[in-house]
Amino acid sequence: MTKPDTLLSVRNLSIDFHLRTHVLHAVRNVSFDLKRGQTMALVGESGSGKSVTARALMRIIDKPGRMIGGQILLDGPNGPVDVARFKEGSREVLAIRGGRIGLIFQEPMSSLSPVHTIGSQIVEAVRLHRRVSKSEARARCVELLRQVEIPQPELMADRYTFEFSGGMRQRAMIAMALACDPQVLIADEPTTALDVTTQAEILDLIKRLQDARGMAMLLITHDMGIVAEVADDVAVMRFGKIVEQGPVDDIFHASQHPYTRQLLDATVKLESGAAIRALPASLTPSVEPVLSVRNLTKIYGAPSRMFARSGGRGLVAVDDASLDLFPGENLGIVGESGSGKTTLGRMILRIVEPTSGTVTYRADATSAPVDVTALGKVDLRRYHQDVRLIFQDPFASLNPRMTVKQIIGDPLVISKGMSGKAVEVRVAELMGKVGLDPLAMERYPHAFSGGQRQRIGIARALALNPTVIVADEATSALDVSIRSQILDLMIDIQKQLHLSFIFISHDISVVRYFCDRVAVMHRGKIVEVGDAETICTNPSQPYTRRLISSVPNPDPRNKRMLHRLRTDQV
Amino acid sequence: MLAYVAKRVLYMIPTLFGMSLIAFMIIQLPPGDYLTSLLSTMADGGQNLDEATIARLRAQYGLDQPAYVQYFVWITGILTRGDFGYSFEWNQPVSTLIWDRMGSTLLISLASLLLVWAISLPIGIYSAVRRHSFGDHAFTLLGFIGLAVPNFIMALTLMYTSYRFLGQSVGGISSPAFVDAPWSLAKLLDMLSHMWIPVIVIAMSGTAAMIRILRANLSDELSKPYVVTARAKGLPEREMILKYPVRIALNPFVSSIGWVLPDLVSGVTITAIVLNLPTAGPLLLRALVGQDMYLAGSFILLMGVLTLVGMLISDILLAVLDPRIRFN
Repeated sequence: MTKPDTLLSVRNLSIDFHLRTHVLHAVRNVSFDLKRGQTMALVGESGSGKSVTARALMRIIDKPGRMIGGQILLDGPNGPVDVARFKEGSREVLAIRGGRIGLIFQEPMSSLSPVHTIGSQIVEAVRLHRRVSKSEARARCVELLRQVEIPQPELMADRYTFEFSGGMRQRAMIAMALACDPQVLIADEPTTALDVTTQAEILDLIKRLQDARGMAMLLITHDMGIVAEVADDVAVMRFGKIVEQGPVDDIFHASQHPYTRQLLDATVKLESGAAIRALPASLTPSVEPVLSVRNLTKIYGAPSRMFARSGGRGLVAVDDASLDLFPGENLGIVGESGSGKTTLGRMILRIVEPTSGTVTYRADATSAPVDVTALGKVDLRRYHQDVRLIFQDPFASLNPRMTVKQIIGDPLVISKGMSGKAVEVRVAELMGKVGLDPLAMERYPHAFSGGQRQRIGIARALALNPTVIVADEATSALDVSIRSQILDLMIDIQKQLHLSFIFISHDISVVRYFCDRVAVMHRGKIVEVGDAETICTNPSQPYTRRLISSVPNPDPRNKRMLHRLRTDQV
Repeated sequence: MLAYVAKRVLYMIPTLFGMSLIAFMIIQLPPGDYLTSLLSTMADGGQNLDEATIARLRAQYGLDQPAYVQYFVWITGILTRGDFGYSFEWNQPVSTLIWDRMGSTLLISLASLLLVWAISLPIGIYSAVRRHSFGDHAFTLLGFIGLAVPNFIMALTLMYTSYRFLGQSVGGISSPAFVDAPWSLAKLLDMLSHMWIPVIVIAMSGTAAMIRILRANLSDELSKPYVVTARAKGLPEREMILKYPVRIALNPFVSSIGWVLPDLVSGVTITAIVLNLPTAGPLLLRALVGQDMYLAGSFILLMGVLTLVGMLISDILLAVLDPRIRFN
């Protein structure tokens, strides 16, 4: 029944979750084939059932979930076997897990055990499926770490996960998944938690390993750019069903289903959006900046007197950064994780105390400039009414025990001493402004989706009529379609209220869509500041060029990432 | 690792000093001293001492000195000669009294700690893995009963049962015949036959609490991604649970060493009185009531030391168990 080059074929797979009140059909009649040496991308937004589907191939389904039908035919030496028919913990299934199907997934930090060394975890995977001695397994482990290009593999095998960087952890995870040469690799959002440059390296590595071993790969992602770069076939999933399936070129250039179009539009829009906004008239040299940052430096861990390690000089998080933010402007700060962009944002708000340098704030053209770094407690509080923060994680940044009214009204109560009806009126107004129904103000955050929660966070930031908003990765945790809605909302609000944004992000396409000017940070230093369009299309600094060339391009006919500039080429 | 241990030991010194001050202050707090409480007891019995005798006794005991001198005499005695002072009430050096009691206290503590671990580990794991199953609910019910029943009632019940149905002599940790006998196999067996009641009573509430803690911790760990990773490697379920999530959920077990020692000295005094155990609790109570200041102060100080040593042991074990602690 299966063609010779088809390694795994899924037929009519259905999975139900029996919840307390109802049955959720997480996966419904899903069918697809994985072919030798080819990559199949499963695309969809969070909650579409794509991860559940992928894990079902290894018979790993979380508690209330149950497989209620379908076949998973895995090609073997004695013809295809139906994985769906084995019992969940049976010897056959255990032999397939790790032995014939490998899994890597999103959070490289938490997907490896923090209390075992990397080496011991890989050795374990080898010895589960192969009769080899400890020293042979150890040699295999070092060889695998070398294959995933971890420097000094003998040494690194004895390290713990928290001593690895994010990219290194994901490499170690890949080494573990490949320990027993599986024929099928499931990659569940393998690069979502990584920077663009690291992402490009990891995808590149996976691709090369796949080619060398002839593995079939199931790639799960919500990023159409990655799909265009690496996939051969695409299946688009929504509400547990595959709505459209086909070769990558057809999906991108001749898609049939409206949902596929919608996903693509949301992605492509971000690719090209910068021209939507005419630059604000205020962007002329005659206008004084609302915020100017001069020679700001932060050194963490300046050596303490007791128990100081010899030679400890501290970590320079931000090194001599200077910036100007003009009224009505969107300034983007981009960089890899660890480049100091978040620290810079926090120093501007003085949540983190700068080691040296100044931040000058000018409320409007007529008022005198204020030196933020020298403000006392009371004045700093006034400054915080004008300059506000939006956080990355819409789940963690809202108190789950407060109603939306309390959350949005909190700054009003604290700073303005408002109470009762007045708060309610203002909260209703703010909720209207961010596109939420004011009637929902008595509900708790858990009743809202990620995008709606981020709107609540924005409403809270707007409550005190700020002049500047610092948005730290404000859209990183959101799905693509929601992401563009939130960005449009912020642009809309900015037009109405004449705000300035400092937009910190590692996502170049978002910055390009949203910002007028961009500052690129690398290892604590600002390497380049310039017009968003110029930075994104024709950057002058080699580091910026490398960064931009690592961004996946959502067009399978024009793959950018595989021709990217490597570290050694610049 | 060595540096870490050295650092922890160094930090103990100022803490110990502070504790000795507080211990001394506590026993100085109530008005009067040992003599006033002795006199009132004697007056109740119809005896009266003349002023000169009282003043002589006061001088002899050093009670006429200011408090800081008394503290200085007491603490230098401990540090230089291991002399904890003299118990007025027992007419014995404090150290002899304390070492007698501390031995049995430690024995019972360790036995109950081991029992707590032995029972709560398997039940906690079972409850977390089979959450909301019949077995989990049954253990939860038992656990709450264990938490809710006061120790002394449990002690009385067990004493009655063992006396009435097993015909055992109860109370204390050895039969009267063996109290002053030298160590022998027979004495050991006799002790074991007495020990089970206090050990079960004392371990009961600790076990119930520990099951709840382990169940909650392990439930959290079971939903972490590394569990899926371990499953995806092809590890059998039982082995996987023991090797990964349980290993990380074990931290509170190790931490419990820190608080179990002081808890046993002071927390189970009522049980110890009911069961007539020769442990530290009842002696401390009597010393406090009688204002036997050196005895009481030394006990409080030693309890502090025990707490610190327990914390140190548990911290070192934690560092061994969890590399994240070791490296920070």
